[in-house]
Amino acid sequence: MAAMTRAGRDASLIAWRNLLNLRRTPGSIIAALVQPLMFVLLLSYVFGGSLGGDGYRTYLMGGIFAQAVTFNAAFTALGLANDMDRGLVDRFRSLPTPRLSVVLGRTLSDLAMSAVTLTVTALCGVLVGWRVETSPADAALAFLVILFFAFAMSWVGATIGLTSRSVEVAQSAGLIWLFPVTFVSSAFVSTTDMPGPLRHVAEWNPVSATATAARDLFGNEPPPGLETAASWPVRNALPYALVTTTVITALFMALAIRRYRRITRG
Amino acid sequence: MTDHVSSSAISARGLTRRFGSRQALAGVDLSVPAGTVMGLLGPNGAGKSTVVRVLSTLLLPDSGTARVAGHDVLRAPEAVRGRIGLSGQYAAVDPKLTARENLYLVARLYGMRRRQSRRRADELLERFALGDVADQLSGAFSGGTRRRLDLAGALVARPPVVVLDEPTTGLDPRGRADTWRSVRELVDGGTTVLLTTQYLEEADHLADSIAVIDRGRVIARGTAAQLKAAVGGERLSLTVPDPGHHALAWTVLASLGPHVPEHDPRTGHFSVATELGAHTLEQALAELRWARIRVHDVTLAPPTLDDAFLALTGRPPTAERPPAPPDDAPPDTPTAPLPPHREEAGTWQR
Repeated sequence: MAAMTRAGRDASLIAWRNLLNLRRTPGSIIAALVQPLMFVLLLSYVFGGSLGGDGYRTYLMGGIFAQAVTFNAAFTALGLANDMDRGLVDRFRSLPTPRLSVVLGRTLSDLAMSAVTLTVTALCGVLVGWRVETSPADAALAFLVILFFAFAMSWVGATIGLTSRSVEVAQSAGLIWLFPVTFVSSAFVSTTDMPGPLRHVAEWNPVSATATAARDLFGNEPPPGLETAASWPVRNALPYALVTTTVITALFMALAIRRYRRITRG
Repeated sequence: MTDHVSSSAISARGLTRRFGSRQALAGVDLSVPAGTVMGLLGPNGAGKSTVVRVLSTLLLPDSGTARVAGHDVLRAPEAVRGRIGLSGQYAAVDPKLTARENLYLVARLYGMRRRQSRRRADELLERFALGDVADQLSGAFSGGTRRRLDLAGALVARPPVVVLDEPTTGLDPRGRADTWRSVRELVDGGTTVLLTTQYLEEADHLADSIAVIDRGRVIARGTAAQLKAAVGGERLSLTVPDPGHHALAWTVLASLGPHVPEHDPRTGHFSVATELGAHTLEQALAELRWARIRVHDVTLAPPTLDDAFLALTGRPPTAERPPAPPDDAPPDTPTAPLPPHREEAGTWQR
């Protein structure tokens, strides 16, 4: 128990240090803020025209929230790779702080970043016509589900970052998996028009589950003409999203900590 | 474990570590008595940093055991981490934090409370003359200042054992002098220090005992004085352009003291260890002038790592070559003595 308290305390110290770093690197903050803005405007007006106009723009937001926080995992990968490259991970590993704290600190500071990303995305959404149709409590729950998913994705990024041999590798490896994972999903389009196997992958994709759960909680209906699938993970989006997010978090937390213990750079 | 372990702040036995096909450590034994400085001397790639990484719990050895500050590195790494300070070759300070913030963060991660951490950071900033730059981002510091901050970070928790991996590599002479002074202060305070270096001069200057490491193995160990006796003092080097004078020049240099001169017949370059430095230099020049042997490029320099390797093993450092079986053969004479014979005398020139 004492060890867990210590890990939590040290993780928040590391998170403080990461956020100070971020504040002193204005470029990365701008990137994190411009990215959701760009996605909202691009997708709602480029795809929106042919996919259902205003109705699509409203429906799209759940997908964009899920996609935007997934992309933040790239920051986790890059941040840890940078720390390894600068010898800071070695310094931290030589200190009597629990193994969990450095990586947890990173995923926590990136969770804070994701909260900022979500806020900016939501404000952009309101500008293009998105509204919460349900209660504030439902909306709050929706944002919590998305943030939990952000945390899970951050651990995936952490594992990639700690496994990468160099910052360059972490940069490309941390980014490349995000495209299939976010696009083979119901985040932006209906899965019903996808070919067989891809459709199943998309429907069971945790990104789809998170996007669908968020839409349900916000009360955002699909636009007329956009046919949504009716398979189990779509009908039970919220419980399915929570279960997969929990499993992903546990699995990649274990993998990342294992990697962290065994970093060997000869 | 043997008896001496209890009085050793650091003891390692049979450490091995392989990276892919490279045997970084091939059975390293070390013992550093508490309160002393051990210099781990070796060329690039000899395995010095790997030893440091194993002893500071950053890397698991494939086999072997090690105890640091009374705790087993493998069985109780957390306990070891609380009792060591590590300062690396690449100064591990956060460039986006100020000097003060860097030290505060390290203090907190050692488990100190907020107020105590702030006080400790202030103390170290003053002790390492970092007061003027305390609130500047460390990314803007010069190499020497950054290294001072890194060293200060290693001392935050007043650890009984400090491990310094090439603390002066890449520093200018002033930075090196600063670092040396800090290390000596540490030792005066009773801290045990293990430091790695590529410079014989540095090991000689700072270390009570020296272990020479090559190809993942300790090939020689002893006190600085013993190593110095084996290697000799400052080395006199000069070039004799006329090949006809080589034999006589060799004899003159050999007569200066107990050390056998080395000679490269192709370039006419001679080098010999001296006992008395400048005095031997004067004597050599006088005798060479008397023999009317023309010389140039005369230098007197401290012995280098290469000289030490030559003296200890009869060959230059070979860390970059693939590992070979242990070399226990006695040192060869570097160059066979030339038979003295007379030649027409030239004029001596500076």
